[in-house]
Amino acid sequence: MKMTGSQILCESLIKEGVEVIFGILGGSILPLYDTLTQYPQLRHVLVRHEQAAAHAAAGYARVTGKLGVCFATSGPGATNLVTGIADAFLDSTPVVAVTGQVATPFIGKDAFQEIDIMGITLPITKHNYQITDAALVSQTVKEAFYVARSGRPGPILIDIPKDIQVDQAEFDYSARLVMPGYKPTLNGHPAQLKKAAKLISDAQKPVIIAGHGIIISEAYDELKEFAEKTQIPVISTLLGISSFPGSHVLSYGWLGMHGMAYANKAIDDADLVIAIGMRFDDRATGKVAGFAPRAKVIHIDIDPAEIGKNVRVDVPIVGDVKNVLKSMNKIIEPMIREERLRQLDELKSRHPLGVPEGDGKLLPQFVIRKIYEATRGEATVVTGVGQHQMWTAQYYTFDRHNTLVTSGGLGTMGFELPASVGAAVGRPDEAIWCIAGDGSFQMTMQELATVVQEKLNIKIAVMNNGYLGMVRQWQEMFYGKRYMATPLGCPDFVKLAEAYCIPALNVTRSEDVEPSIQKAMEHEGCFLLNFVVEPEENVYPMVPPGASLAEVMEIPRKEVLTWPRRSTL
Amino acid sequence: MATQKHTIVALVIDRPGVFNRIASLFRRRGFNMDSIAVGHSELPNISRVTIVVDGATTQVEQVRKQLEKNIDVVKVTDLTLRDTIIRELALIKVHANSTTRSEIIQIVDIFRAKIVDVSGDSLTVEVTGDTPKVDTLYKLLKVFGIKEVARTGCIAMTRGDNASI
Repeated sequence: MKMTGSQILCESLIKEGVEVIFGILGGSILPLYDTLTQYPQLRHVLVRHEQAAAHAAAGYARVTGKLGVCFATSGPGATNLVTGIADAFLDSTPVVAVTGQVATPFIGKDAFQEIDIMGITLPITKHNYQITDAALVSQTVKEAFYVARSGRPGPILIDIPKDIQVDQAEFDYSARLVMPGYKPTLNGHPAQLKKAAKLISDAQKPVIIAGHGIIISEAYDELKEFAEKTQIPVISTLLGISSFPGSHVLSYGWLGMHGMAYANKAIDDADLVIAIGMRFDDRATGKVAGFAPRAKVIHIDIDPAEIGKNVRVDVPIVGDVKNVLKSMNKIIEPMIREERLRQLDELKSRHPLGVPEGDGKLLPQFVIRKIYEATRGEATVVTGVGQHQMWTAQYYTFDRHNTLVTSGGLGTMGFELPASVGAAVGRPDEAIWCIAGDGSFQMTMQELATVVQEKLNIKIAVMNNGYLGMVRQWQEMFYGKRYMATPLGCPDFVKLAEAYCIPALNVTRSEDVEPSIQKAMEHEGCFLLNFVVEPEENVYPMVPPGASLAEVMEIPRKEVLTWPRRSTL
Repeated sequence: MATQKHTIVALVIDRPGVFNRIASLFRRRGFNMDSIAVGHSELPNISRVTIVVDGATTQVEQVRKQLEKNIDVVKVTDLTLRDTIIRELALIKVHANSTTRSEIIQIVDIFRAKIVDVSGDSLTVEVTGDTPKVDTLYKLLKVFGIKEVARTGCIAMTRGDNASI
């Protein structure tokens, strides 16, 4: 049966199991939106800026393990998606972005709202496609979905000119994909597995570093079995948080610039690092030359290009971490490491992550801890980027799998609210906790309208310190306390929320924190809490830029303020 | 090692934008490319790309892996350590008059190159060979005054029965 390009696209999305689309329409995508009226099973969530559409699609993808879809029109609609696509690219999130394009005869003529989105998104997508024939729509969608979610996932962009959206072609979804250039390696090489097993049984001070790959691959049980069988502590990356229960006896915090001091020290002291589904980002490793200087490294990742990119590796294992861990668990012997675990306990007690004393002041760390207690560590938490993000990662103990959604690679301020929209659509039966910074929140707070229109159950907690806090902290520590452009005027967030008919509360005293959280939780639907916290509170521990993990600073000291500036970030 | 130059051969699907993807990858990752040559391969819809990379400034293993990540790239091989025939072609237009012409022709003969065009005050030389040979001929002709040079960049193939890639 002949159908239009738009109908073929919608039919193809349904074949791929798509249920929801985040987007905004415009001239070049009007035929496709008109076609959506024939497909009520495709729920459309109207956002207020295309960046939010991409973040929402990513938030949805992260919490559901499915693929997120967003739509935008050509020109500015497409360019507005760019930050969200780049964010999904760096955090390996499967998103398919569909952009309208000017009609084929106008391409290359600088037509109204024409932009070369293929060229723009080339370096920030796993792959991108411009469809030049309606007969190619179904095959392109099929290939796009396959590529986006297989191997190391990532965003795909499909650009569809307006005339292709209305041209007719046969719909056939049965064709087999022929992709000679794309064959992800899924199983670890047996010889490498054996080598790894030998290193593991020989090691005296091994550590596991668990990354986002565990969550993407849903290898929770395999990781747990591996850790318990080998009695090796699990340190996660920022994006690996919630891949392993935070209160498990073998859970040993997370590493990196603002990770736990004990975790960083354990890595520094390790004789074996087993890195699983992670990519040795510079924020995680600190100075690479000083990273785990005494350790051999086993690196398990599905992306061969990550192996040896930043850190030298002794035993590389390319494969899906779930498969690799399954095979590994079969060949390793159960181990006992009582003495080692006792030493690690002691290391932890010498370098604990304490909640600082407030002396009557309202500290953000205390607020996060209270949210943790009230939600019993079981909430889905979405953050923006900055100090509030680090405090959330530090003081919320994540016990449930895949419950932290945060922007790690790109570090996109403004991620929290739109990603919460996606998370709330993906997990409709629970409240989503959106932990925001006052600076971060103001970058995308127009999405409050989306939250209300879609009746989403999001509890927004703004950590309001009146600064672009993380940058202010760097100015304090490395730029002579010259607060250039970091003091930040904010609207009255409570009044702002009320303008959207969202109930809200100001919280300024420690004793009001718990009751206000309770009130937010008891309310059905969105609620905003504006926590007016200590303005110049800093995030500790901190591995200064250019320093190695061993040089982690635990508490603010005088010399901190005069730490020499390094040339590298 | 005698050479830091790596000759990388990639088979790529002949699709619009594929060279943009390769060029973009090199720019974005800061890989240095000495030359790139593209043409048809023995397979339908598959082009063969030969890239010479400077191993002193670029992590060649990363180049190979990053190229291979591209879904339009079917296969990538580093031919550097294998017994390989490497060739490039150059056209060199050199100043020549009645007093220098015969000397230039002698040099060209030694290199088994060809004169492919003659005019009043120039000769155009076609030379095929590996990069050092072309470089050397160029250096020798330079003293007569070079008017124009065009080089194809290297292509490569392993010796013997087996396919290179």
